[in-house]
Amino acid sequence: MPAPVRLSVMEQAGEVVLAVTGRLDAQGAGAIWNATLRAGAAARGRPLAIDLSAASFCDLDGATLLAAAEAAHGAPATLRGATEHVAALLARARTGVAAPVPPPPASHAGPRETLAAAMALVAGAIAYLGETAIALVHLPRHRRMFRVADFLLYVLQSGARSLPLAMLLGYLMGLILAFQSEVPMRRYGADLFVADLVTIALVRELGPLLAAIILSGRTASAFAAEIGTMKVNEEVDALTTMGIDPTVNLVLPRIAAVMLVMPVVTLVLEFAGLAGMTTVMRSFGFPLVTILHETQGAADLTDLLGGLAKSMAFGLAVAAIGCRAGLATGVGPRAVGLAATAAVVGGIVSTIALDGIFALLFYRLGL
Amino acid sequence: MTEPPVIVAEALAQRFGTRTIFRDVSFQVTPGEVFVILGGSGCGKSTLMKQLIGLLTPTAGRITVRGQVIAGPGAGKARAALHHDIGVMFQSGALFGSMTLLENVMLPLEVFTDLPPEGRAAVARVKLALVGLADAASLMPAEISGGMAKRAGIARAMAMDPPLLFLDEPSAGLDPITSAGLDQLILALRRDLGATFVVVTHELASIMAIADRCLMLDRAAFPDAGGVIAEGDPRRLREESTHPTVRAFFRREPLQAA
Repeated sequence: MPAPVRLSVMEQAGEVVLAVTGRLDAQGAGAIWNATLRAGAAARGRPLAIDLSAASFCDLDGATLLAAAEAAHGAPATLRGATEHVAALLARARTGVAAPVPPPPASHAGPRETLAAAMALVAGAIAYLGETAIALVHLPRHRRMFRVADFLLYVLQSGARSLPLAMLLGYLMGLILAFQSEVPMRRYGADLFVADLVTIALVRELGPLLAAIILSGRTASAFAAEIGTMKVNEEVDALTTMGIDPTVNLVLPRIAAVMLVMPVVTLVLEFAGLAGMTTVMRSFGFPLVTILHETQGAADLTDLLGGLAKSMAFGLAVAAIGCRAGLATGVGPRAVGLAATAAVVGGIVSTIALDGIFALLFYRLGL
Repeated sequence: MTEPPVIVAEALAQRFGTRTIFRDVSFQVTPGEVFVILGGSGCGKSTLMKQLIGLLTPTAGRITVRGQVIAGPGAGKARAALHHDIGVMFQSGALFGSMTLLENVMLPLEVFTDLPPEGRAAVARVKLALVGLADAASLMPAEISGGMAKRAGIARAMAMDPPLLFLDEPSAGLDPITSAGLDQLILALRRDLGATFVVVTHELASIMAIADRCLMLDRAAFPDAGGVIAEGDPRRLREESTHPTVRAFFRREPLQAA
């Protein structure tokens, strides 16, 4: 067990002597750092000496402590009981401790810079929408850049593999909605109409919304991470220099896949939700026939198709934002993580914003 | 009459915001030569290469590739068609991670030719064999070493037999033996295929082994920007140049503080 490092401060013949015992490495220096600097500062105006004769070892980190103590004292100290090697280390440490600390770079986070960054973001988003639209227009000419195998893979990953989660979430949502509304509605004798309420809520709003949120979390982040990693790896540049448009090759298949699967995921979620609602209603004693009758009467085809159309629009937004976040990935290890986060947040926010627009639109259209 | 130059660069400059990376960069590349762009870190050599391959629009100047202006005054749609004439090997190969090496090389053939699948596979196999990776055709990029990835990147760059090949830091991260092997590969390909090579690198040994002519950039060429500080045969530059940075570079010495 190495001897613990200890500092003793003595006054001898008008000079202050700092004596160090033990192993003066980084650990040792850490143990006595504050005490040593305090002693050095307290000895200002008087000659300072450092005695290392009882120190078993001193490396550059230990020498740094000594140099820092000298700096606190204000004048070089006399070194006693040290080898030539340690004296040389102390000389090196003195230069390092004395070097002026460069000021941190001025932070450019003023209001003007933030506004400029925000406008650049908007401009980038508009440019991206334009590029995607142009890629779509040129698709017939560039159809070989759109790989059907990739498209099918995305359909599998974003669609088929999302179904279990959609069923679970849908069922629970239907269950919770029905249960929560059952109690207050019973007070007005309207508990039968919980079936109508949950059906309308699911088919018009919650189905598409929840499906979009599921895909935003699962798929948009995956797209952002995949494309972001490709960008960091220069694979996107490689496609460009080969003459293969990355928008046609990477973005369009993903958007098409998600727009295709969203109505299916939404439907599955809605049916699962109705099943959850039915579970609750049955437990409250309503016969299945009655529940089915209410459900059928509550929502018609227009509601259903309107909801599915919304879900396709949500899918477009979620996939487009996921791909955009990937293409906009910066450099460094954090960049891909940031891209994935931006994809999920952007997907959810845009879904809710679009939902509001649709609500207004449907109201105007009388749907 | 000698053949016209395959690349003509006139007074190229690149500025990002208020920072000028370089200006007044002019040079020509003759057909069939190995032209090396070199310089210290931050001199702009990767930026220059991005301009030449059409990934970056120069802030000033003109680039003509095989007689077509791809950037600057007079640039038409030639830039969109640039990919027909060039192949690019990116620094770490930039292979597509979800495809085998064979599929990587086949991708441009799939998109731009009417070759049947067997034809594409045959062409791709030939290219992989050229770089010594015939046995690795079915491997995925994650399963191969860095040196193999670079070779595969070269094979993919050559998929459509372009007359002009760009290599970005081919020796970066390679041990001396693998690096020497890659140098020999470049020379063999130049000899067998007659392609022109533009190589960005700062590895002295490679430069001396492969370069016919070189262009040296330096971030301190001008007080406010980087630029060209030397051009010509690297062996001659090493012996005869009086520019301190050029001498220090070729003799592998630190720059003496003034």
